[in-house]
Amino acid sequence: MAKHLTPGRIVLYAALLLMAIYYLLPLYVMLSTSVKTLDDIRGGNLIALPQSITFDAWSKAWSSACTGVECGGMKGFFWNSVKMAVPSVLISTLIGAVNGYVVSMWRFRGSDVLFTLLLVGCFIPFQVVLLPMARLLGELGIANTTSGLILVHVIYGLAFTTLFFRNFFVTIPDELVKAARIDGAGFWTIFFRILLPISGPIFMVCVIWQFTQIWNDFLFGVVFASGESQPITVALNNLVNTSTGVKEYNVDMAAAIIAALPTLFVYMVAGRYFVRGLTAGAVKG
Amino acid sequence: MAALSINNVCKTYANGTEVLKGIDIAIEDGQFLILVGPSGCGKSTLLNMIAGLDDISSGDIEIGGKRVNDLSPKDRDIAMVFQSYALYPSMSVRKNISFGLEIRKMPQGEIDATVERVAQMLQMTHLLDRKPSQLSGGQRQRVAMGRALARNPSIFLFDEPLSNLDAKLRVEMRTEIKLMHQRLKSTIVYVTHDQIEAMTLGDRIAVMKDGIVQQFGSPQDIYDNPANLFVASFIGSPSMNFIPAQVVESAGVLGVKICDDQGCVILPLPHAQDKMQPWLGREVIFGIRPEQITDARTAYRAGLPVMACHIDVIEPTGPDTLVFVSLNNTKVCCRTHPTEAKLPGHSMELVFDVSKAVLFDPATEQRIA
Repeated sequence: MAKHLTPGRIVLYAALLLMAIYYLLPLYVMLSTSVKTLDDIRGGNLIALPQSITFDAWSKAWSSACTGVECGGMKGFFWNSVKMAVPSVLISTLIGAVNGYVVSMWRFRGSDVLFTLLLVGCFIPFQVVLLPMARLLGELGIANTTSGLILVHVIYGLAFTTLFFRNFFVTIPDELVKAARIDGAGFWTIFFRILLPISGPIFMVCVIWQFTQIWNDFLFGVVFASGESQPITVALNNLVNTSTGVKEYNVDMAAAIIAALPTLFVYMVAGRYFVRGLTAGAVKG
Repeated sequence: MAALSINNVCKTYANGTEVLKGIDIAIEDGQFLILVGPSGCGKSTLLNMIAGLDDISSGDIEIGGKRVNDLSPKDRDIAMVFQSYALYPSMSVRKNISFGLEIRKMPQGEIDATVERVAQMLQMTHLLDRKPSQLSGGQRQRVAMGRALARNPSIFLFDEPLSNLDAKLRVEMRTEIKLMHQRLKSTIVYVTHDQIEAMTLGDRIAVMKDGIVQQFGSPQDIYDNPANLFVASFIGSPSMNFIPAQVVESAGVLGVKICDDQGCVILPLPHAQDKMQPWLGREVIFGIRPEQITDARTAYRAGLPVMACHIDVIEPTGPDTLVFVSLNNTKVCCRTHPTEAKLPGHSMELVFDVSKAVLFDPATEQRIA
């Protein structure tokens, strides 16, 4: 349907365009600064286009920039983050799926209370659990390790993943589980063969949410990991704060983009499932 | 195939709500049992308990002479068809039917043969590779029945299977279920809130209300001899007329006194003399079905009491015209032949066939005669 361009519409589009520019500007500044030379940065202004494009800052950020006393770039820490985020996301999503399955389909005495308590977990600020968690990790002998960090993120993520899966499963008729029980399927058969195959959308929602949270986390990373096991967010902070005379804005920007790329990537790949999941509603058989 | 017996079964929830208060029902092998009642009467709970999806608080359920109280659903040799069909969304029709067989470790060759046989029986061979979301409501219903049939259980349980279908399809599927029962001679327990489904399908009907079986019997028996006011009003459409009336004596015969604004008649009830005796001079509820008040042409017997009544409203249904009159200040529905019905505002002679009329105690609502 073709709409005529009325003055009202022109104003509307102009406003939208302005908003879009406003939101995209920081990204532009980061990208353009990361490919400028230091001279270019010092000489020009912040939003000017680069005079010549160079990826030196990127390679330096990746492999040789100094984060504190180490000068190995972001490379190692990037993989640290991957090693931390991938297991954390998968474990917390899977356990959340089982939790959600139990509190929605296998109600038992006190399951509502349990679920309410889990919900409270969504509202506990990070800072509150720092000290008890540090003690727990110490007792378990996994302080300052990636495994320790994974444990922290799994525990913290469970409240959310359980909530997501529970809210998804309650929209599925109980009769589906009843039918499967009469067909002879047990607890795990019903979970793996009937419910998981239709949980794709909510699985994606969980993965995006958890990955973004865990990858971007700074506080747990800085507290519970040290030295070689630090995640990329902490390394980025160290990199920006470590200066030997000259502040290398181009390297800082490149490092920041490297740190942000995986979440962007996950959202681009899985984002359409995210939207599809929210609009499908084809579960009702 | 197996007989089913339910002995003094009760269900009380943890918060003290009594859902079922001592249910006793027994049917023979191959019978079609209907559990019917308004919502909240406990019929679905009872079905779930037969299936083993819900625990029994006290009492026993026996399938084929074997006590199944503590058996899990899969060990009771039952199959169930649900209102929402409950097809597994991610599986094809073929998978939906074979899932239960695979779990029971049936050899693959046998599974394929069973799926084929069931699909042919229900004429859905061409649907086998579709997903449930690609099927219409009636087709899904068919698949759900196929899934139950494939298992060849000793009892089929149906939980309001036709409620989600449109009116036309519902009537078609009703006939199909009945045909299936006649062919397979299977034992079926069928829950519905629709009294027409109950009447048309059942060998035995249990009419339930408030967790109690109000009456258990054959459809015709329940229609002709309702045990109380509730059963009489629930079964039959349009519903039985309930007219408050006084028991009087006339020429040595007891009857009920029926008046409209033009005068009164006494309807003698020769079949109920003994039971009416204690009620002489007192008020009872006189129950008479619409088809028992009709025009002279439709009434097939001569010598029945006749009364000229003032017509309030008529409702033509096609085969009959329902005529509404006012007797003892109560709206009364009469079923007459379309060509005999007079227009509203006019007077019409109505014939009362009282041979099947019933009387209820106004206080307890129990049947008197």
